[in-house]
Amino acid sequence: MPLPREDVDVTTFLRDKYAIVGVGETAYTRGSDVSTRALATIAVRNAMLDAGLKASEIDGMLSYQFNDSTFSPFIAGDLGIRLNFYMDVFGGGSSTEALIGIAIGVIEAGLCKTVVIFRAMNGFSQVRIGGTGVRAAVPVSGDMLHGRAYGWQSAGQMFAPTFMRHMHDYGTTAEQVAHVRVAHSHHGSNNPKAYYKKRLTVEDVVNSRMICKPLHLLDCCVETDNANAIIVTSAERAKDLKHPLVRIRGVVGRCSKPRADMHYQTGPISTVAGRYARDILWPNAGVGPEDVDLTGSYDAFTFTTMLQLEDYGFCKKGEGGRYVSDGTIMLGGKRPNNTSGGHLCEGYTHGIAMVIENVRQLRHDADDSCPIGPDGRRQHTYDYREGGCRQVRNAEVSANLGWASPGTGSAMVMRRG
Amino acid sequence: MISAQYLGMPLEINDLDHENLDYFAFCAKHDFRLQRCAACKLFRYPPTTACPWCSELKSEWVSVEGRGIVHSYTEVHHAIQPAFKPYTPYLVLLVELDTQSGKPTKEEGLRMIGNLTRPDGVLAPKSDVERVGIGTHVRMVFTDIAPGLALPQWTIDEGAAGGRPWRYGE
Repeated sequence: MPLPREDVDVTTFLRDKYAIVGVGETAYTRGSDVSTRALATIAVRNAMLDAGLKASEIDGMLSYQFNDSTFSPFIAGDLGIRLNFYMDVFGGGSSTEALIGIAIGVIEAGLCKTVVIFRAMNGFSQVRIGGTGVRAAVPVSGDMLHGRAYGWQSAGQMFAPTFMRHMHDYGTTAEQVAHVRVAHSHHGSNNPKAYYKKRLTVEDVVNSRMICKPLHLLDCCVETDNANAIIVTSAERAKDLKHPLVRIRGVVGRCSKPRADMHYQTGPISTVAGRYARDILWPNAGVGPEDVDLTGSYDAFTFTTMLQLEDYGFCKKGEGGRYVSDGTIMLGGKRPNNTSGGHLCEGYTHGIAMVIENVRQLRHDADDSCPIGPDGRRQHTYDYREGGCRQVRNAEVSANLGWASPGTGSAMVMRRG
Repeated sequence: MISAQYLGMPLEINDLDHENLDYFAFCAKHDFRLQRCAACKLFRYPPTTACPWCSELKSEWVSVEGRGIVHSYTEVHHAIQPAFKPYTPYLVLLVELDTQSGKPTKEEGLRMIGNLTRPDGVLAPKSDVERVGIGTHVRMVFTDIAPGLALPQWTIDEGAAGGRPWRYGE
């Protein structure tokens, strides 16, 4: 069944040609007390304000969801945006980078000029991302008869056999991956927006109650209510806008292992889709892992961050446990991951907030508690103590590694300037 | 349309889902069958309209021995579905069938999700859960749910050889 990938045509003509010019979000809460339509409207408006773009300057819209959110025509209509292109797609994690690729494609094809991408969810108060409530009440039919019928339903339950096999194959330990939560909790403590701001220890993680082996409670991300939005346009149009340019170097979208619906049919199951995606991402971007200053490796769970960093080549296969536990991914380390606190601490957004964080990092404008100078920008101290700075010094190149499942992932490289 | 309740979940197979109707009807007779491709002769799982190796549409249902080895697993302590809570911790097993293991390439196999159960198909007690890990030999049993619908499940294959399984934290 698995076919060898043909040589990928490298799309160098699009490298650096498009940029992310606006980012915005709502607060991260458990109880937004408003509809996903209202959340999306606020997030898109904040991204427009951030970019300095008027409604008449946006003509494309993309969103993604799991039957749990609003649609582009409502949001565009509510904000007075007339659309030349829109599409609302099904999907969760790994959608953001893939939709950025689609945005580049439709602009390049002449369908529209400037695209807003949003994800809005009441992931705690309406349709719980963890799978309880309305998600657990859905009739079990079709492919679900081969999975959900066995009490195998939540993301944690479904990914756990992959994590377990990695521990079996490579000796990865619970303590090693707990360092992901520790790092992200430190980062979250320096993010005023983060839902969880308390710094945690490895002992906190491995002593938290077991959810489904090998996942402890604190290996799992938070469920929150929020919306996020980003605006993509050509670098040419972006050059007059107010922020330092953040260019898109390369994208890979929803790249999959064989038989992505039951990816475990083809081993090694301890290898994830990043193993395939990296052969598209790095040639498209014209850089390699060693060129990257900070990462946004999807942290639905501590393990997902580790597996992706490993399979995208930030360390040798099997050494992900060491990589995430040796200080590399902490602020102040060689290559910090999820400096916002990520899904484990900031809030759960299906990946889009991790792109927003890296855009701010590449602008050298992480929204921490550092004082704002006369030019309206934060004067970063690079003091990463609790409650302090979270700006990565001299951040030039970032990589976002989006995760849908062990079988599917997306990724993007961005650069400053 | 087959419609039934199992551990608080509504299970359904609609009339158009011929592959699953056939698969689960054989399971209901405790006769485990998979589709074998008429062209390349490979078995496939899950039940589908085409062969994932050669795209052939023709296939026949052939009995397959219900024996395999635990390839990975999770031990669920926090159940999502309320009716599973009394059975925690329960095991979700990823079982690789002995049939066609390592074929057509060495990393492939027929891998199925299922629970560790007692021989009568009821979720296994903690004393059995604690004996199973990666490498455990298991044999198929069935949980009978409704006419035309039984779920394939797994119990420890006590007669099989094999060393101590790999278990989390041991």
